[in-house]
Amino acid sequence: MSPTARYKPSLLIQIRELARRSIMRTVRQPASIVPATLFPLILLAINSSGLDATTEIPGFPTDSYVTFALAFAFLQAGVFAVVGTGQNLAEDQVNGFFSRLQLTPIRPAALVAGQLAGTLALGLFQASSYIAVGLIAGGSIEAGIPGALVLIALATLITLAFGSIGLIAGMRASTPENVQGIFPVLFVFLFMSSMALPRDLIQTDWFRTVATYNPVSYMIEGIRSLLITGWDGEALALGFGFATVILVIALTVATASIKSRMVRA
Amino acid sequence: MPGRNGSQPQDIGIEAEGLVREFKGGIRAVDGIDLRVQTGEIYGFLGPNGAGKSTTVHMLTTLLPVTAGSAKVAGHDVTTEGAAVRDAIGAALQEAALDPQLSAREHMRLQGALHGMPKAERKRRGDELIERVGLTQAADRKVAGYSGGMKRRLDLALALLHAPRVLFLDEPTTGLDIQSRSALWDEVAHLSRDEGVTVFLTTQYLEEADQLADHLGIIDQGKIVARGTPQELKAEVGRPTVEVVPADQTNRSRVAELLQPFGELVPGTPNGAAVRLDDGSEELANIIRVFDAADVRIANLELHAASLNDVFLAKTGRSLEGAQAEAAEEGQTGEQPALEGSPA
Repeated sequence: MSPTARYKPSLLIQIRELARRSIMRTVRQPASIVPATLFPLILLAINSSGLDATTEIPGFPTDSYVTFALAFAFLQAGVFAVVGTGQNLAEDQVNGFFSRLQLTPIRPAALVAGQLAGTLALGLFQASSYIAVGLIAGGSIEAGIPGALVLIALATLITLAFGSIGLIAGMRASTPENVQGIFPVLFVFLFMSSMALPRDLIQTDWFRTVATYNPVSYMIEGIRSLLITGWDGEALALGFGFATVILVIALTVATASIKSRMVRA
Repeated sequence: MPGRNGSQPQDIGIEAEGLVREFKGGIRAVDGIDLRVQTGEIYGFLGPNGAGKSTTVHMLTTLLPVTAGSAKVAGHDVTTEGAAVRDAIGAALQEAALDPQLSAREHMRLQGALHGMPKAERKRRGDELIERVGLTQAADRKVAGYSGGMKRRLDLALALLHAPRVLFLDEPTTGLDIQSRSALWDEVAHLSRDEGVTVFLTTQYLEEADQLADHLGIIDQGKIVARGTPQELKAEVGRPTVEVVPADQTNRSRVAELLQPFGELVPGTPNGAAVRLDDGSEELANIIRVFDAADVRIANLELHAASLNDVFLAKTGRSLEGAQAEAAEEGQTGEQPALEGSPA
């Protein structure tokens, strides 16, 4: 803050107000909520009805493919978080709103936290919806109600981690349309994981190797453990661990990127 | 020269020396400009698209780093005292930078909070400004449904929320209808005249610069090609001309004879005669008296005063309108750098 400044901007108030704006912006655009919430559920319905026989493969961990496939919905929500968050930030730059923010004594940390607030709100809504729909469709949560809460926490962490990647994409892309362009790439990344089958049941060597090195597998398996196994410390640690590492790295890069874009004296 | 508010030469709102902004590929969008804007005056920065107006504004508002040279705004160096500059300025940039999902009141709340204004003050000042720009009825509606003029007015109100001492307006009336443009001119004039705000106004409209600006800088291809008051600049390029068309076309040579004593005859007036006045437009009454005494009836008499376009023409060899078309053409063919405001 300048020594001559007449006002004393508070970081917490800046975060609160930007979070408020981000949430309002998300809530007021059904087009950003409906597809991001419905598409994973549609895919869940298609997969569950078409791949139900998969549960008869020896060694398959559950006899309910809905329960198995439900985990994937949370990761798909993550992909939508990348695109949604990135597009919002890119739009702010295209329409000049970012410059308006730059002309205030805003701190980059407030901007990052504020932008992610809408992503967080949407992530919580999506996680709750998927659990509700999954249970109605015959799925189950082996870890019970506490497990459901941990699941929401992990799903939210994943959404935030992916949302932070979205911030990087939003800063690098010159238009919201360019951010949309990374959607297929992310989807390929999701499919090259243990999303359709447990890793030990993947027969193709190279695919199993890729799935083993793909952090997405561990996040899916963390969620899946709560749904199918109950309390699996290792799976949860890996799930939370990878999500946290991605969050920290993406947040660091996004914050640096925003700082360098705010090339103010 | 004292400003409109009686400011003294030492009251400098904006000053720049040798200001340069170079983009990738060595393109100099702004090429060594000097500025001196008195506190409380309206400084018009006139030029065609791509001339370097917005890039200059972006440097002065600390949105773009300066490649070379120096600048101070409200007494603070834009390179080393950015926070103090931002505290002292308000800016409405070329596009009304608004969130279409928020209402005017929500914009005010956000902007005030980011500046750290106390809640009660930002509410009071926000409501006051919303009323002042005529948006009270629409204050709780989403900006997405606003007209261009309403967006511009809200943009201006937001720029004024924290009571800045220096206001940057980057082509504030582009695309507005005449009514909205006129309302915005009134507001800008009021800010300078009654509140002592220094206004740095970029425009490509000659009329806007002529009406509003106390002083003008004309920029072309990154360089300031002329500066002064609108009157000084116009006087510099030429005296007004008077063109007289007689009611009886057989009197054309007589008309030229009668006009001759008032100055130098201007060729190329097929239906009458024209003269460049030695003593300015004050001679108009005398000319009419002379024609009356000679009993030569006049069908049409026109006074052509020098315009800012004439100034631009004299300084660059092109008319401002021509320069606009040229810039648009270059933009279409991709040759125009079009770098205003774009970071390298």
